[in-house]
Amino acid sequence: MYAGSLADADCIVIQGSNMAECHPVAFRWVMQAKLRGAKVIHVDPRFTRTSAVADIYAPIRAGSDIAFLGGLIRYMIEEKKYFHDYVVNYTNAATIINEEFRDTEDNDGVFSGLMEYTGDPINGFRAVYDNRTWQYARAPVGDQGRTAATAQSGEQPITSGPPGGEQTAPPKGPPYDALVQGLVPPPAQTDPTLQHPRCVFQIVRRHFARYTPEMVERVTGCPKEIFLQVAETLAANSGPDRTSSFCYAVAWTQHTYGVQMIGAAALLQLLLGNIGRPGGGIMALRGHATIQGSTDIPTLYHSIQGYMPAPSALRPHDTLEDYLKAETLGTGWWANTPKYMVSYLKSMYGDAATPENDFGYDWHPKITGDHSHMPMMVLMAEGKVQGMFCMGQNPATSLNGRLQRLALSKLKWLVVKDNFETETAAFWYASPEVKSGEWRPQDIQTEVFLFPSAQIAEMEGCFTNTQRLVQFHEKAVDPPGDCRSDAWFTHQLALRLKRLYANSTLPRDQGFRNLVWDYDYDPGQYPTDTRIQGEPDLRKVHREWQGFDSRTKQLVAGFTDLKDDGSTTCASWIYSGILTPDGQLRAASRQPDPENQPGSNLGWGFAWPANRRILYNRASARPDGQPWSERKRWVWWDAAQGRWVGHDVPDFPLTKAPDTPARPGATGLDAHSGADPFIMKADGKGWLFTPTGMVDGPLPTHYEAAESPILNPLYKQQNNPVHKYWDHPANQLAAPGDPRFPYVITTYRLTEHHLSGVMSRWLPWLAQLQPELFIELSPELAKEKGIQNLDWVQVSTPRGTIKAKALVTGRLRPLQVDGKTLHQVGMPWHWGYMGLVTGEVTNDLSALVADPNVSIHEGKTFVCNVEKA
Amino acid sequence: MRLPNLLPPLYRPTPQQPGLEPRPPFPPLPATAPGLPSAPVVFQPGQPVGFFTDTTLCIGCKACEVACNQWNQLPAWHGGQNTLSGNSYDNTRQLDGTHWRHVKFIEQFDGDRRSTGRWLLMSDVCKHCVQAGCLEVCPTGAIIRTEFDTVVIQADACNGCRYCVTACPFDVIEINPVTNTAQKCTLCYDRLQVGLTPACAQACPTASIQFGPIQELRRRADQRVAELRAQNVPAYIYGDESMLGGLNAFFLLVDKPEVYGLPSNPRLPSRNQLPSWLWSGLSAVVVGLIGLLSFRKRRMDDLAAARPAGREQAPGPQPGPGKGVPQ
Repeated sequence: MYAGSLADADCIVIQGSNMAECHPVAFRWVMQAKLRGAKVIHVDPRFTRTSAVADIYAPIRAGSDIAFLGGLIRYMIEEKKYFHDYVVNYTNAATIINEEFRDTEDNDGVFSGLMEYTGDPINGFRAVYDNRTWQYARAPVGDQGRTAATAQSGEQPITSGPPGGEQTAPPKGPPYDALVQGLVPPPAQTDPTLQHPRCVFQIVRRHFARYTPEMVERVTGCPKEIFLQVAETLAANSGPDRTSSFCYAVAWTQHTYGVQMIGAAALLQLLLGNIGRPGGGIMALRGHATIQGSTDIPTLYHSIQGYMPAPSALRPHDTLEDYLKAETLGTGWWANTPKYMVSYLKSMYGDAATPENDFGYDWHPKITGDHSHMPMMVLMAEGKVQGMFCMGQNPATSLNGRLQRLALSKLKWLVVKDNFETETAAFWYASPEVKSGEWRPQDIQTEVFLFPSAQIAEMEGCFTNTQRLVQFHEKAVDPPGDCRSDAWFTHQLALRLKRLYANSTLPRDQGFRNLVWDYDYDPGQYPTDTRIQGEPDLRKVHREWQGFDSRTKQLVAGFTDLKDDGSTTCASWIYSGILTPDGQLRAASRQPDPENQPGSNLGWGFAWPANRRILYNRASARPDGQPWSERKRWVWWDAAQGRWVGHDVPDFPLTKAPDTPARPGATGLDAHSGADPFIMKADGKGWLFTPTGMVDGPLPTHYEAAESPILNPLYKQQNNPVHKYWDHPANQLAAPGDPRFPYVITTYRLTEHHLSGVMSRWLPWLAQLQPELFIELSPELAKEKGIQNLDWVQVSTPRGTIKAKALVTGRLRPLQVDGKTLHQVGMPWHWGYMGLVTGEVTNDLSALVADPNVSIHEGKTFVCNVEKA
Repeated sequence: MRLPNLLPPLYRPTPQQPGLEPRPPFPPLPATAPGLPSAPVVFQPGQPVGFFTDTTLCIGCKACEVACNQWNQLPAWHGGQNTLSGNSYDNTRQLDGTHWRHVKFIEQFDGDRRSTGRWLLMSDVCKHCVQAGCLEVCPTGAIIRTEFDTVVIQADACNGCRYCVTACPFDVIEINPVTNTAQKCTLCYDRLQVGLTPACAQACPTASIQFGPIQELRRRADQRVAELRAQNVPAYIYGDESMLGGLNAFFLLVDKPEVYGLPSNPRLPSRNQLPSWLWSGLSAVVVGLIGLLSFRKRRMDDLAAARPAGREQAPGPQPGPGKGVPQ
């Protein structure tokens, strides 16, 4: 969804986010909705500035969100508040699941398929799931195809069986039509009455049966009355006439089961019919400028452009054909994968990529495991990484800070490109370890290069924000001195590396030699109003996104023009369409809808894909193509014109009528009917139950965090059985209920600072607003510990001990959890040992434990002790 | 790879996508809801303008403070090296010569946790009073009323005498340590002169700070109060015409003024004029009387000294001079 659509909502649930503090600009739409009479609900461990303007504040124990959402799911099913027509027609509720599937209900809290992990320990796993039993029932039992790109960590063993229907070996492509045809699975069995005991709806109902309001109160600490008030408000504001939205941010992702939290919200929103409709959906609030862009044009190790999985040495990716067979879906939009992959390879290797050499597929790097931040730092601490570039990152104050600084000290060289001398750049002489005398600067062999960076107004470029909206910004002035833009730095580095490899004859260097890197300005084109030389021509980058005919270089109109035979070149199919046919950049467009009529604002920037603002917006119309209600009209079928029309770019084949039947055995969208809105999914349905894509289970289940003060009240299984943990002497965990660490701690950001403070603690006007590190604690805990407001407090975990000033506030409250009084404390993590205002590093307390799907750490809930210093 | 056709310029407006209907207007806002803060504000010199600060929309983000500091180039305390106040999230502490916007954080939570509690957030600012105490007392004429009916201290005419500091009933004004003159919010006089919205209102993401012609703001404020009262929120306007002739920066509050650190009945320095005049008159009379009595007493003493010793003076009122008491 897009943030402006929040203004259309009748109820907004903010959970897993402190939206008013961390996304104050997007929060304007929440306030707009509130002025129109919408109810705002905030579910959070702390009473924050978001709670201050919410209609309902529901306190919960940090990390217990799945129990809360599970309670809501159960309430909607048992009280018959779900949107029946939407659920039956648009979700996989009716689909029948493999009879070998065993749910957590029958299996002590784990799903069928759990097995020991025997791969490389650096990937963090101890156990993994084989998802074969989670599949749709069909004959023969087949794979749903590839898992979602976000789950492609690459380090998972291959657990899926061969794709169904693959009887004859298709001829080697291109074209790859036969290959795709071979991937089409037999139809799945369904029961539209939703009565079959193995249909998804009944499985979901049984799975959440134990999440009663009483259990919600026992697990989360949220009083039952408040929980029921939330449930009733949400139910009353969902249906044909009304829509509700969810907003979340990193307080849902930073858990060992964070992706499942978001999955629980998606399940709930599908049950309520709130996906693909104005004012509905789930708003994923991003934490940095253009962090959305960094997953689209990925800086992530596990995916390549446009959410295609990175070729992996651990998967059957030996040849291009193998890759396409493993990662293409026979049905649904991803049947286009060969077109996007080949066009991507053409963009990488240009004319050198030919059908004969698999378009240079063998030159493309393959991942060999989990290369994300945490395992990288563990390897670095073991001395197995020699050098590191840090651009816009400050690992010295990052999770388990001591371990990260230890890792930095093992490097041979470290490049930091930033606005100021950050904690990372200065770790060798200013870190707590040096100040305590534990390390001596002369013993640290790391050579640090500090490159001054240009600021935002000193460079041009695109940002992609939280709603997939790409916006170009202009440069105002030249940066001072040696400060340079990230584009300049990357471009110049690539040019130098290209020169370095130019004469190499080693086979492993051929990829780098054949890499197309032609972003220099054409002669005579370089801007004359700057003293900076050597910037790349960003317009050429935009052309790579848009895509063009490989031979004539004429721009394609959009990603539907891309071909799988190498005749088109396109770096990132999802960004195709960012240029108009005459080459204007849509991201630079600034045409808002008329004042006081906030609408889809299609003339403002470019939202991928195809400038679409609400994804799956076919679901805003009934199966027959007419709007669910006049009030929630968005995209509908115009029979007279014979096409889909509306206020947004329809997310559906434009002329495919609502009564078009599905063609069994067909590939791509032809396999879907005219009433299947979820075109990216193989079956065209929204998934209540996820047979593939989640490595930790097809349904969300409440587990305790890696560190928790209590035993799991719901299941025998304490933690997410497949969560990641890296064993290291500096990364010890407290056992469940460890009396030495009785309090739950959560870490977060404040409006006044940004991340580790590199963009705020050096600025006097921001530094003065929140000058010192503090710990928020309730008056009850303060009294128990004899702590007064502003006293120095010592906070400790098995990883470290730091000092902070006490901020005693009624905004934190003890909760009754599982029959006991539980105290929670909270600490922002903006401080470090450099800058105008300094403080100890909150992340010295956190641990390297992670979600198994996306390798993000658990910073939102762990345990600690608090003493007066 | 050479690219044919030189690339077109980046910036040209993109036409709306063809084939799409423009979105119809939103269901109209309830008649009582204020418009967007980004709506262009039309105002002319001679037309009173001001701020309507709706505290129920404030999220305490302090964007107003930062925008104000930046636009007006107000120095940070100790180069930013402030200390934690311990008073909720308020480390700005007060309005003064270098803080012209101040977001207040008022925590209201029961000790026994029976209710959810409340966190009141309010961006405070100079009230730009129609009857302004500071303007009244300024001996140098540095404080003026502008063509926008706002109150501005002209730094070049201020001698730093501090009369205005004590005269302000809202404790808004202080000496700016850099200029050593009294300073406060100018309602961005420089921006108003070129038709721009003041920096704080421009930066406010939630329309808590609304800028515009006073009449329009008062109309919106009354509607908003009615809407909130219909929801049983005890909202009211602080700073209507009954207060110092009307505050041109007024507030929608939901608790007593004292809770927000505001006086419930602010008074002008001139409020003391009539009573002072009366007291002065009375004092003059009293002093005169005492003087007269003193003269009379001296005369009586002189007379008594002239008499033979041993004669007692009769009790009772002292007779006036010349009015001899019969022996």
